[in-house]
Amino acid sequence: MNEIVKVSGLRVAARNEAGVDVPIVHGADFSLNKGEVLALIGESGSGKTTIALALMGYARAGCRIVGGSVRIGDVEVLEQPDSELAKLRGRTVAYIAQSAAAAFNPAKTIMQQVIESALIHGVMSRRAAQAKAVELFRALALPDPEHIGARYPHQVSGGQLQRLMAAMALITEPALVILDEPTTALDVTTQIEVLRAFKKVVRDLDTTAVYVSHDLAVVAQMADRIVVLRNGEIQENSRTEQILEEPAHPYTRSLLAAMKPAARQDATGQKGGRVEEDLLLDVRGLEICYGSKRVVQDIDLQVRRGATVGIIGESGSGKTTVARAIAGLVAPSAGQVLLDGQRLSGTLAGRTREQFRRVQYVFQNADTALNPQHSIEEILARPLRFYHGMRSAQRRRRVAELLELVQLPASLAKRRPSELSGGQKQRINLARALAAEPDLILCDEVTSALDTVVGAAILELMADLRRELNVSYLFISHDISTVRAICDEVVVMYSGAKVEQGNRSTFQAPPYHPYTHLLIDSVPEMYQGWLEETRAGRGALPQIVASTTSAQLCPFLARCPVRIDGKCNKVSPPRVRLDKGNEILCHHSDSELRHFDELVPAMAVSG
Amino acid sequence: MNPNTIPTDSPKLSTPGARADAVVDAVFDEKPPSVARRRPKRPVSGALGLLVVGFWLLMALVGPWLAPHGANALVADDVFGPLSLQFPLGTDFLGRDILSRLLHGAPYTLGVAMAATVLACLFGVVLGLVAAASGGWLDAAISRTQDALIAIPNKIFALIMVASFGSSVPLLLVMAAFAYMPGSYRIARAVAVNVMTMDFVQVARARGEAMPYIMFIEVLPNMLRPVLTDFGLRFVYVVLLLSAMSFLGLGVQPPDADWGSLVRENIQGLGEGAPAVLAPAVAIATLTIGVNLIIDSFGGRAKREMEN
Repeated sequence: MNEIVKVSGLRVAARNEAGVDVPIVHGADFSLNKGEVLALIGESGSGKTTIALALMGYARAGCRIVGGSVRIGDVEVLEQPDSELAKLRGRTVAYIAQSAAAAFNPAKTIMQQVIESALIHGVMSRRAAQAKAVELFRALALPDPEHIGARYPHQVSGGQLQRLMAAMALITEPALVILDEPTTALDVTTQIEVLRAFKKVVRDLDTTAVYVSHDLAVVAQMADRIVVLRNGEIQENSRTEQILEEPAHPYTRSLLAAMKPAARQDATGQKGGRVEEDLLLDVRGLEICYGSKRVVQDIDLQVRRGATVGIIGESGSGKTTVARAIAGLVAPSAGQVLLDGQRLSGTLAGRTREQFRRVQYVFQNADTALNPQHSIEEILARPLRFYHGMRSAQRRRRVAELLELVQLPASLAKRRPSELSGGQKQRINLARALAAEPDLILCDEVTSALDTVVGAAILELMADLRRELNVSYLFISHDISTVRAICDEVVVMYSGAKVEQGNRSTFQAPPYHPYTHLLIDSVPEMYQGWLEETRAGRGALPQIVASTTSAQLCPFLARCPVRIDGKCNKVSPPRVRLDKGNEILCHHSDSELRHFDELVPAMAVSG
Repeated sequence: MNPNTIPTDSPKLSTPGARADAVVDAVFDEKPPSVARRRPKRPVSGALGLLVVGFWLLMALVGPWLAPHGANALVADDVFGPLSLQFPLGTDFLGRDILSRLLHGAPYTLGVAMAATVLACLFGVVLGLVAAASGGWLDAAISRTQDALIAIPNKIFALIMVASFGSSVPLLLVMAAFAYMPGSYRIARAVAVNVMTMDFVQVARARGEAMPYIMFIEVLPNMLRPVLTDFGLRFVYVVLLLSAMSFLGLGVQPPDADWGSLVRENIQGLGEGAPAVLAPAVAIATLTIGVNLIIDSFGGRAKREMEN
């Protein structure tokens, strides 16, 4: 066999605070043939990145490779001295990091950085390296490949930067490329472009690669083989199709299960009839400006008592800003927020304590949302005292109840947030909101920073709490499958505008707004070949002339695959009601969108 | 692959109803980062600094009672006497016992400096918090006023104050506090502005908390380390400023004496290498070095905790 990488008995240890070595990778064995893509998959802390870094003979600060062997070609990596490793890294093994934005030097042009490793290793002349880089830019489907190298990192988008990073890694034609969660930080619509580019390059150049990810659906598109890791141990090592179709190991099965959030039938609250009296939150014509820039416009939104409304959109769509305006943290420039028909002031100063109590905000990142200097008890007791004026004995009892409510042991009360795991912190974050006994909880990407399994447990808990306490949620997320699974109603936002709103069940089949369509098509599905099949982001956009009107045009105009010249770039789009009840912001009619696929021109052109 | 690692509870994952339980189990499976809170080892230099500063603080409290002689008692016949059993640190230019004068001076040097530093940091931190928490024109007004104060050189300011109002202990205290407040304000505001943007402050604001709660309960505990470090540094500056003022004859007035005045009044003895001038100078040096050692160990601890 054409074996190019062989890892056997690899063990890595981390030194803990007490100065004792704790093994974090317990003897990993796997191998790669030339041209093969191997995926390392697991939750955070499973050791996948540690193993990937060990392939370069590197261990992070505080960690140490304690045993085993890593053989690349005929070089034993772990026996090389530092000077030899420096020659190996970037030449024989190249690394693509998760955050390209952090990996690029903002003060140098892209070309300088892309060809840097080729020059350092003296593989080729500057001129040859630049020609090679342009070739790679073209292969990675980057726009304007001849000139993009002259730009600076901040002048290209996040998805482009990630592809440029791939060009940087591939310039020396390394024997092995390591991709460490290269698309995790990207929006789904961007991820798909990056994945396509990576896949094409990997196939064309016959690259051998190790792909590190927590997302099985993404890995299914890229990898020939999957290694499933848990707590530093390899659970399963099989071909991709086998892992997906008949996973041998129970842990793999649980991963697969957690990745498909089952739609909850019991999620739907009361329906019809009493809509008027059930209305809890009513947002009308909300508009928010930062200075003179309008970031959110014309948002209408209703949340019924006991219902969950999802807001979905990519980063920068204004979904968090809407929630912050409801909480009073951002003053809207127009429109109003009504709670039970009572107008809420746009600023914090104008709200009463009772109004504060009824609307609670749960932040995305529990690491920063809990004061590191306060104990869990203090964190949970504060709203009890602040809103309910409870005395200390009563507070202590209630804190214990709250901990029980979010399924945490009461013994956590004395700890500080830094002594809790990510999932536990998010539960405390939720418990603090519950302590106020609110009517509405604004959940801002509460599961995004968590592992799939832990996130699924948090969602489960939220659904239980809703049943028990009849609270309403405004659930903000970038992940449409989560939103579809737990929300009664879904609002799709793009660039500060609401482009579609409808019942959860209507998001299962077209017609959709063209942006919703793109979003849904971009979510990776758990089978091989999805990347080749999906239509999202494929083909050229219809030609339109630059707009000259001052009319408020469709926010999605620049990326819309079904835009109409003479209409979309001239007139502002109407709010159309589809037959299934959804309201969309589009020039197209129900019947046109129903045949969306036929509408999209040049669909057959491969990406 | 190792079949022995299969968790025993996993098979129930196959039934949908059991999924929730299994998922909850998985949550408890997560290992919280570090349950045992271990006190980081303080480096030797920090312990040494603590020892020295602790010693001087103790002397400032009990020194006057320990002193073998009165501060102004003329006990020896010869001036600038050498170290002897009777006078362990020699005698001064009038034949007074230096050890006694040093011990009597300690409350002035440490007490005035400590009180001035506490005042400076108190006002600086409170103003910094107010400025950071309120923002807008109030922040601008406070910041520009403090900037204007920073522009005045400390020594010149001190000299003008003493020239205008005459030297007295309360004046020295207020003057030193006033002179060192703007620096403390700058640091406190810079740190507070960073903490103010943290999510937990947003949470408190969205909860409807009043400004004082946010400032003192949410923000202040998270800026204590830089503020304490700054306090130590500022204390050293104040000691040096007060000593310099006394050395110029504008600080604590005779017959009372702090360490700076001890150096000054015995300055003629420098030529003969009299212990009378060296002892107070060494006292000032050990105090400032000791405080610096403590501060450095603070910084080291912060850095190590960040790396972990």
